[in-house]
Amino acid sequence: MADRILMKGNEAIAEAAIRAGCRHYFGYPITPQTEIAAYMAKKMPKIGGVFLQAESEIASINMVYGAAAAGMRVMTSSSSPGVSLKAEGLSYIAGSDVPALVVNVQRGGPGLGGIQPSQSDYFQATKGGGHGDYRMIVLAPASVQEMASLTIKGFDLADKYCITSMILADGTIGQMMEPITFEDTEIKTYEKPWALTGTGCARKHNIINSLYLKPDELEKKNFERYEKYKEIEKNEAMWEEYMMDDAEVCVVAFGITSRVAKNAVLTARKEGIKAGLIRPITLWPFPNAPFEAAADKVKAFISAELSMGQMIEDIKLATKCKKPVTLCNRCGGMILAPDEILDAIRNAEKGELA
Amino acid sequence: MKTTEILIAGFGGQGILFSGKFLAYKGLMEELQVSWLPSYGPEMRGGTANCNVILSDTPVGSPIITTPDVLIAMNLPSLQKYVNTVRCGGQIYIDSSLINIKVERNDVEVFYIPVTQMAKDEGIGSLANMIIVGHLLENHPELSFDGASEVVENLVPPKKAALKELNMKALSLGKNYNK
Repeated sequence: MADRILMKGNEAIAEAAIRAGCRHYFGYPITPQTEIAAYMAKKMPKIGGVFLQAESEIASINMVYGAAAAGMRVMTSSSSPGVSLKAEGLSYIAGSDVPALVVNVQRGGPGLGGIQPSQSDYFQATKGGGHGDYRMIVLAPASVQEMASLTIKGFDLADKYCITSMILADGTIGQMMEPITFEDTEIKTYEKPWALTGTGCARKHNIINSLYLKPDELEKKNFERYEKYKEIEKNEAMWEEYMMDDAEVCVVAFGITSRVAKNAVLTARKEGIKAGLIRPITLWPFPNAPFEAAADKVKAFISAELSMGQMIEDIKLATKCKKPVTLCNRCGGMILAPDEILDAIRNAEKGELA
Repeated sequence: MKTTEILIAGFGGQGILFSGKFLAYKGLMEELQVSWLPSYGPEMRGGTANCNVILSDTPVGSPIITTPDVLIAMNLPSLQKYVNTVRCGGQIYIDSSLINIKVERNDVEVFYIPVTQMAKDEGIGSLANMIIVGHLLENHPELSFDGASEVVENLVPPKKAALKELNMKALSLGKNYNK
């Protein structure tokens, strides 16, 4: 067995990023993700990397834009209010088709909100946040091990498709420690002929920009970009199914909530209720396939999330509303207890839907 | 399948998170699945601190403890807050130097240990937490006392090497309490 070490989720992200070849980190501290910046501040100078605490979140995302344009593996991290500040830069990065990794260790909102865990930036991450037509690949880790593996995956996908990968975590997974191993970490690298690396008087200038003043050119660019997004939707959806083989009630949850949901599913099974769980690992692209299959088999879906009901819309789209979808939620930094999800499962089993 | 959910609660400065880390590392050494979740909210900054540690021989589901098997209460507000959440048949460890009430439940096993006073008497004032942990190890064969020094070795930074011996002293005090 590989050596297991105990690490905080936030530290696992930072260590994995370094292992993935990231040598440029730009950030600004905010609870509950500050350990990422602290880890980078300690490690980057020792390995010839750059750690820079910018004057603001807006500055840090634009530094990411610059380093990405130069072909570097680069990242920033923040928590909810800080990610709102980065939204402009996210749109520019998307409009320029350069790869970057952005981490959001979510806390309760809106506004300054609180500092306890939340999942209420689902819309912001999967539907936009910044302006214009664009997408980000959104990865939702549910363990410290996944904080690491999805960070590595995120860099890989970002380079492969020239897109932003966002790690959408939450305060709990960020702060908790679990055993983790880094063995078998395969790092892929990609040619970046588009990067601003200096022409050496040997090639034409590369230009990276998101400004297209001629509408027909901008439209063409957007159409092309959405072809790329289609490829991603086709190839990159990830999910986990748990006890779904014969399930009659399907709980849907991601991140920390999926772990609470597993406890609830297990207890329901002990009571004789055929419950199961679908855990989306990519929130965009949303994994439609398991929902299409489940929609013909289960009685009902339960969207368990730490928000006022955001993922539930994607579940309804993915299942084409064939079966009822009910919401089981807490928000503002409160976390669902296994019993709350269990009650929702019992009600769904009896056909009593909220 | 055996899972032990341990909730450690007290005030900032009592080493609540450190004792949780010790138990998590010990579990790791025993090849168990473990999770460690600290409180990080505003309450921790100058108020109560708590830490959730889960040790299991199967993968840990939710890292958030709602009904602990073991409660370590290092001050009165913590005991009052969590005493009724402890699972029937569970254990409660109490720093009886700081908590002068008795638990009014008879479906749990309660250990009253005056650890703050013991630590003071032995000149290891900040290590009351580890005395309780030492006693807990003695009661939990799945963790055992063996290898405790290796865990301390891993946890105490080289700059504070002197603390290693003191931590071991505290653990031994707890181990031998009431013998």
